[in-house]
Amino acid sequence: MENRLYNASDLRKGLKIQIDNEPYAITEFQFSKPGKGQSLYRCRLKNMITGMTMDRTYRSGDTFEPAVMEERRTQFLYSQENEYCFMDTETYEQSFLTAEQVGDAKNFLIDNLEIDILFFDNQAIGITLPNFVDMRVTKADPWAKGDSVAGDSKPITVETGYTLRVPPFIQENDRITIDTRTGEYVTRVKD
Amino acid sequence: MSLVSRTSLCSDELKGLAKKRRHLWLRARMVQIIRNFFAERDYLEIETPQLIPAPPPEPHIEAIAADGGYLHTSPELYMKRVLAAGYPKIFQIAKCFRSGERGNLHLPEFTLLEWYRSQIGYKTLMEECESLILHVSDGLGKNRAIHYQGRFISLDTPWDRVTVEESFDRFAPISLERALENGRFDEIMAQEIEPNLGLERPVLLCDYPACLASLARLKARDPGYAERFEVYIGGLELANGFSELTDPLEQISRFERDRQVRQAKGKPVYPMPEKFLVALQHMPEAAGIALGLDRLAMLFINTNVIDDVVPFPPEEL
Repeated sequence: MENRLYNASDLRKGLKIQIDNEPYAITEFQFSKPGKGQSLYRCRLKNMITGMTMDRTYRSGDTFEPAVMEERRTQFLYSQENEYCFMDTETYEQSFLTAEQVGDAKNFLIDNLEIDILFFDNQAIGITLPNFVDMRVTKADPWAKGDSVAGDSKPITVETGYTLRVPPFIQENDRITIDTRTGEYVTRVKD
Repeated sequence: MSLVSRTSLCSDELKGLAKKRRHLWLRARMVQIIRNFFAERDYLEIETPQLIPAPPPEPHIEAIAADGGYLHTSPELYMKRVLAAGYPKIFQIAKCFRSGERGNLHLPEFTLLEWYRSQIGYKTLMEECESLILHVSDGLGKNRAIHYQGRFISLDTPWDRVTVEESFDRFAPISLERALENGRFDEIMAQEIEPNLGLERPVLLCDYPACLASLARLKARDPGYAERFEVYIGGLELANGFSELTDPLEQISRFERDRQVRQAKGKPVYPMPEKFLVALQHMPEAAGIALGLDRLAMLFINTNVIDDVVPFPPEEL
């Protein structure tokens, strides 16, 4: 596949580029230019496979190959020790991610969940969570009217073991929507 | 775009501009104080064209092409043509344009204050620069000790004069000579040296190596260095000044070299600014300086983001 190269002046936070055939995301970016000197593009880069970060300074004239990612629809099968297994819903091919690559997404992974996995060069490297997921509440203290010490919210646990604060009227076995970007409660789902 | 998102965009803009009210008032007052400073010293305020046929062939400054010419990257060449015609003291506050310069300290469209004075060298100009910034500070009621990014910086004169070579000895992992050999001057200046300059009191960084002379005269007794200086306060690079090169032949050969650098890098090569070179034959001994007004406003407003001192950053047009 033919891809347009990026120039140093295209660099910005969030851009994904290839370095030594590995995908990197720019997590911090700073433009500087001393006196009448050349433009310097300082980047903090995160290796999207290993999660390791490094700092690099680039100059005008430097070019970069875009890191082309592909998303495939999979089903979450199981997790075991440090490994999470997903199955391509079309080809039934299985792929694996480490706990590090899954990161906080583990809070929202329930068995058989259909989810997009990010691939680079045919290798699974991360999860693209939907912005909102629905989950069942597995543990919640009953709501005692007039019990206002806890203020406007109370802690509950959902089926993945993730705990969060929700309004006091939420009860065990309710289904709720969670914003995966903030990890916060959004609304109760009517069954 | 839906009406709803348009409405929220509009209210973001109102909020953003409302937050800058104090900054924009301070900036406007600062510009007024600067104009008074030069008026009291018999400087003539000049406006030169912003649309010009030939910007200076600086190796690392990119002009924006417009209508068969270019938007000026600084008023430098035209200010010197006025100086050469016998105007001894001139200043200008001008919007300038440089393609691709965008960061916390850079806007592609920004404001330069330039002033030129005949019959002085860069040392006298350094003193005048001290006087100007003190005058601004006094005028803004800032009491000679300004608070910037968590530090108190005393503006009392004389400010520290530090040569470029000394700055490498103090702050850089390698010497100036090695940095030039390895092509690491800019990187070390930006990352190791600049953040340390002017943290307690302003620094006048002076005597640039001859290869970075730009349009400055070389030191008569030490031609390895140029009579060029930069002003740093609180790690902010505020101004670049020098004793002007008045030798047209030397200037032509520097321009030729700069144009070759541009060509080798595949950058557009601008036409030779011939009328400037002709005028240079008549230019008296002089010194001149360009000071970033946006950054000076940043200093007195106490912000490290240039967006805070302009109503519309380029992404919000």
